[in-house]
Amino acid sequence: MHSAKTFWLLLIALLVFCFGLAANLQPRFQSLENSRRQSSNFFSLLLGDSSRIFANSSFVEADAYYHSGYYPTIFDNNEAFRTPHMAEDTGAFASHNQGEETSFMGPPRDWIDAFGRHFIPNRHTHLDEGGPTDDLSTSGTVREILPWLKLSAELDPENIKTYVVTAFWLRTKLNKVPEAEQVLREGLRHNPDDPQLLFELGRIYFENYHDSARARNIWVAALRSWVRQAPGIPQSVRLEKNNENFDNRFIFEQLQTSLAQLEEKAGNQDAAIARWELAKLASPTPDDIQKHIDELKQKPAAPPPSASGPAQ
Amino acid sequence: MNNIFAVAGIVIKELYRRKDFYVLFILTIVICVIMASVNIFNDNQIIRYLKELCLLLIWVSSLVIAITTTARQIPAEREQRTLLPLLAKPLSRTQLIFGKFLGCWLACGLVLVCFYAFFGALAASREHTWPLLNYFQAAFLHWVMLGVVIAMTLLGSLVFAAPSSNSTICFVVVAGIMCIGRYLDAIALSRPEPIRSIVWTIYYAIPHLEIPFGMRNLIVHDWPLIGWNFVALDALYLLAYVAAFLVAACLVFRRKAVN
Repeated sequence: MHSAKTFWLLLIALLVFCFGLAANLQPRFQSLENSRRQSSNFFSLLLGDSSRIFANSSFVEADAYYHSGYYPTIFDNNEAFRTPHMAEDTGAFASHNQGEETSFMGPPRDWIDAFGRHFIPNRHTHLDEGGPTDDLSTSGTVREILPWLKLSAELDPENIKTYVVTAFWLRTKLNKVPEAEQVLREGLRHNPDDPQLLFELGRIYFENYHDSARARNIWVAALRSWVRQAPGIPQSVRLEKNNENFDNRFIFEQLQTSLAQLEEKAGNQDAAIARWELAKLASPTPDDIQKHIDELKQKPAAPPPSASGPAQ
Repeated sequence: MNNIFAVAGIVIKELYRRKDFYVLFILTIVICVIMASVNIFNDNQIIRYLKELCLLLIWVSSLVIAITTTARQIPAEREQRTLLPLLAKPLSRTQLIFGKFLGCWLACGLVLVCFYAFFGALAASREHTWPLLNYFQAAFLHWVMLGVVIAMTLLGSLVFAAPSSNSTICFVVVAGIMCIGRYLDAIALSRPEPIRSIVWTIYYAIPHLEIPFGMRNLIVHDWPLIGWNFVALDALYLLAYVAAFLVAACLVFRRKAVN
């Protein structure tokens, strides 16, 4: 027989145990709750880091759509497709492609292979150039890549390429400038101060909204952000001509070139020359830029258009 | 010939009494309608992702219907003890095999008509065009390809013990051919002997079902029509395999005890 005292003691022990367990688990649940709040993305919550693999597949699928299905598989030679062409054509990304893009299949290996090629897309085309019909009036069909890009951005919100490519095609071929700006701002929410996103946003203000002052501010901010990406490393080291610096040099040159063109348009010849000089440091064709600088130096300074803002 | 059509008619009636087709068809419609309702940058002309999804669902559904319907034909007759009375009538074993094949094949044809009609309507709702000849080419080769799958499954139902094992094996073989059948020659080239010769032999022996399957890309991305001579050649190539599997099935069934 157990006395009532034993039951009371057991109850107190259980209460103490429950209290201790609750005190122990509370901070853990708190941190879990915080991490859930941070990762509001459904896919990353569901798939974890593997969502990036799916995001990349989705991005590649968009490029396959850009080629109307004419795309190498893992069994084909994909040297000419390392940088997706839809990204390369935006002008915001450096190309790492080599080889012939029109004949990645090579010659037919046998009669079955030769016969089978009549039943698959067998010609290199781009949607913005009319696709399989070669009809330039249908370049709006480039919209077909958008679902895959949207999915890719949902799966991996930290992939800069997706936002830049989406925004570029939205504003250039589909005339959806507000949507393009929204995409870039969404990208900047996930990747604050990213130079490539800022560069593309500046292009929208410069080319579509014709707001030079704002475009200049955004590009200057992008350059500042570019510097902040590698604190303590001098500019000359980051612009050294090697494979590691390829993308670094490319975005620096793009930003400086865009700023130089903007200053030229605004009539700020000295500022433009200074920007061209900086662009020359990262350009693969410095001689051409030098030639342009010489031409600028010989020209008399033009009065600045009234619409443009002041140089910063 | 009348006997063959009579058996085929029973198989077709069986298909529309069962729920497989209705479930898969409604599922395809529901998935496509849900996907169509997604707003992509306020652009309601985007269609190719929907076409690709719809065609994929059509291919999967048609394969499921073809394999599961065919795999249970002869085992079901045996289990229900209707095989002996059937063969006691003036119906030869060869006629029974051909009747079963024809029934399944025609039933799959009817299924494809429904699916492709929905696909055409879905595509037209956004593209406002009807490339009917392209759809006909795709559906026709799809149907002929299903003939190969049905004949192969029919042979499997006489070789393997249970319909489930037969269905599973047929699904694996068909999926394998569709995914890597086209690249087996490239794989063979990179292998040492004797694997190379074995892979080459498999490459030339298998029916290349991936040829009609690859046509999905042409339909999705609005490629021009394929030459009719190539379509006819591919149909003949696939029909040769249909004949080979049916002859093999007849030979196996002739020697098989039915009780």
